[in-house]
Amino acid sequence: MKMESHLGRVRGLGSAKHGLTHWWAQRITALALIPLSLWFMASVISLNGSGYAGYAAWISEFGNLIMSVCFFVALFHHLQLGMQVVIEDYVHGETGKVTLLILVKFVAFVGGLSCIIAAFKVALAG
Amino acid sequence: MAARNRPLSPHLQVYRPQITSVISIMHRITGVALAFGTILLAYWICAAAYGPEAFHRAEALVNSWFGMLILCGFTFALYFHLANGIRHLFWDIGKGFDIETTRKTGWMVAGFSIIATLATVVLASPWVGAS
Repeated sequence: MKMESHLGRVRGLGSAKHGLTHWWAQRITALALIPLSLWFMASVISLNGSGYAGYAAWISEFGNLIMSVCFFVALFHHLQLGMQVVIEDYVHGETGKVTLLILVKFVAFVGGLSCIIAAFKVALAG
Repeated sequence: MAARNRPLSPHLQVYRPQITSVISIMHRITGVALAFGTILLAYWICAAAYGPEAFHRAEALVNSWFGMLILCGFTFALYFHLANGIRHLFWDIGKGFDIETTRKTGWMVAGFSIIATLATVVLASPWVGAS
């Protein structure tokens, strides 16, 4: 049974968009980030003071590269989803809101992609 | 649309801050802070791709007092958002949503994030000496 009037439906009111997908993706990335962020923190602490050579040797290890790429994907996706909610809650002007939403998507995409390619570059060169 | 001069509900500042409300807004603030901190992380990772010199410049920035301040803040924000995120995930499966439990777990989040931040700062400090 649909809990909306025909008029409401025609006007496009109520939830018929991507709310569930967004909600679900936020939870899945959150779940993934529990082990990934703890692993990343532990890695950064253990690499502390070992310089470029230490980092290059570390990222060249296959497992570390895979985990790093997973971390970047989950991190930047989660970041984009979270910032979207905050912007939608606090920015009320349509132009400003849409501009910021697109900007966050671009920055998150470019940032995530840059980290992944940078990790690969050092790993394959080292 | 209906007339806009409807009565408004009491605004936020008339309420006394409680552990649940403070933790809730902190989750947002730490989330946004982590998003901005991630730009610094991305700079660090990308600097390595430019070679050792660029990496050392990034390291020097992080090792400055300003960089250390950001790093400590980032660490706290991460632990806080992580712990409270787990709290949120439990709520999502319908557990721990009564007032008594939310207060208790709220204090647990606060305690954990402070202790874990201090432990990390001690572990990562040059005086304890990881290599």
